[in-house]
Amino acid sequence: MLLSCTDVRKTFGPNVVLDNLSLDVDEHEVVALIGASGSGKSTLLRCVNLLTEIDDGVVRLDGEDITDPRVDADLVRQKIGLVFQSYNLFPHMTVLDNITLAPVRVHKRPVPEARSQAMEWLDRVGLADKSGSYPDRLSGGQQQRVAIVRALVNSPRLLLLDEVTSALDPELVGEVLTMIRELKGEGMTMVLATHEMGFARQVADRVAFLDSGRVLEQGPPEQVLGEPVEARTRQFLARIIEAGRL
Amino acid sequence: MSSDTTPRPHQPSTVQRERIAYRRKRAIRSTLLAALSTAVVGLLLYLGVTGSPGWERVKASFFDWDIAVKALTGRDNYPSILSGLWLNIRLMVICTACALALGLLIAILRTLRGPVTFPVRALATTYTYSFRGLPLIIVIYLFAFGIPGLRLQGTPSVTVLGAAAIVVTYGAYLAEVFRAGIESVHPSQVAAARSLGLSYRRTMRHVVLPQAIRRVTPPLLNDTVALQKDVGLISLAGPIDAIRAAQINQAGTANFTPYVVAGVLFVLLALPLIGVTDWVTLRAARRQNAGN
Repeated sequence: MLLSCTDVRKTFGPNVVLDNLSLDVDEHEVVALIGASGSGKSTLLRCVNLLTEIDDGVVRLDGEDITDPRVDADLVRQKIGLVFQSYNLFPHMTVLDNITLAPVRVHKRPVPEARSQAMEWLDRVGLADKSGSYPDRLSGGQQQRVAIVRALVNSPRLLLLDEVTSALDPELVGEVLTMIRELKGEGMTMVLATHEMGFARQVADRVAFLDSGRVLEQGPPEQVLGEPVEARTRQFLARIIEAGRL
Repeated sequence: MSSDTTPRPHQPSTVQRERIAYRRKRAIRSTLLAALSTAVVGLLLYLGVTGSPGWERVKASFFDWDIAVKALTGRDNYPSILSGLWLNIRLMVICTACALALGLLIAILRTLRGPVTFPVRALATTYTYSFRGLPLIIVIYLFAFGIPGLRLQGTPSVTVLGAAAIVVTYGAYLAEVFRAGIESVHPSQVAAARSLGLSYRRTMRHVVLPQAIRRVTPPLLNDTVALQKDVGLISLAGPIDAIRAAQINQAGTANFTPYVVAGVLFVLLALPLIGVTDWVTLRAARRQNAGN
């Protein structure tokens, strides 16, 4: 098992955002987190990346308790990639500099090597001609693909994707989803919070429905999205269908 | 969200209790370390200063308690630093208010568009360019000694002229801070306001300025703190403020303690505003980061 969250609890003031949540992710597995806004999807990803300190429970990566305060969070994060909903590219750096920042400064790789690796990736995702551009010159879909590449060049064991298509225009969603589908083909372990049920069905090995900070129901996409057991899951999916998003 | 689950008190697990204990231990350790290093640095500074060969002389001419009390209260017919300070305080309040108003006015003038307003714009620009470059001391001399030299009817007192010099100099700095704030408001905000039918003036008043001023409050307050202490430069023009009083005391006693007294008083005066600046800056930073 690559990632294992056990009884993770997180509160913000009186709000219990994660309520003794447990979730396991195997190597090469893709898990889609679905659920209403505020159900804890994003918070869970931030807790796994140690950007948010949990209030109780244990998160293990490769068997190591990464929520132990003695653990160096920076070292843990080198093994986990996180892609944000609003890309969070650095606006003052070119695409290439955005991608090579961590390889050069954190992993101490020689600049030419980091650059050529970045260019290979950009070539693969069809953005080689944008390497010298600044993020604000790119479309949302292009920016998000750059953000994914920025996470990937560090060769993470685990990739966390937080609503990566939510800020995109519908016609740009496809290019990002294609990229994620390819990553799955290469065996990348991913946990993705998403509102795209159709995509979750296609790409995920397992769908976990979060409700009030717990995993209420999980299983193969066909089962959770097709024949949900829990009433709240059915309710949630009914609302999604109503909004025309399934 | 979850109305069906009644809130029950959470009992931390053994792991979490151990983590809390560890973090507390770390916190105590870093507090102790901070205290220790502060004590060591303080001790070294103290030993370095008091152990220096000239310390006795310096102590006598800069830190003489009797002379300090005398200068503060104005015994032996010397001007009192405290009553001089009262002039400084009045000047600080008035100059700050006037400089803020002038700065805001100039900043707004600089953002005007259209060919008709070009002269106003040019004048405002020339003003901010020249008075930000001109040393305050020179402006004070020009105003306090130059303007009376014109022998015009109703020329105000030297104090008023000196204050005007401070207002004009700081107004130029504050104008640029205000302008930076105005320009930092995204054009889409103006577009939204204009789309609702607000005139340029109403857009500025109700949409742009409230956002702009909030954003530049920390640098504005910072400049205001600088203005507060530079009010002391008015002593160069002649009025007996705290610094002038200190200088007269120093001249009479051949002892520099009065200056130290005046300096301490200025720091005390600036403290509240510095505190407010820190608080406002912190609050602004927290608000901006609230989303993430």
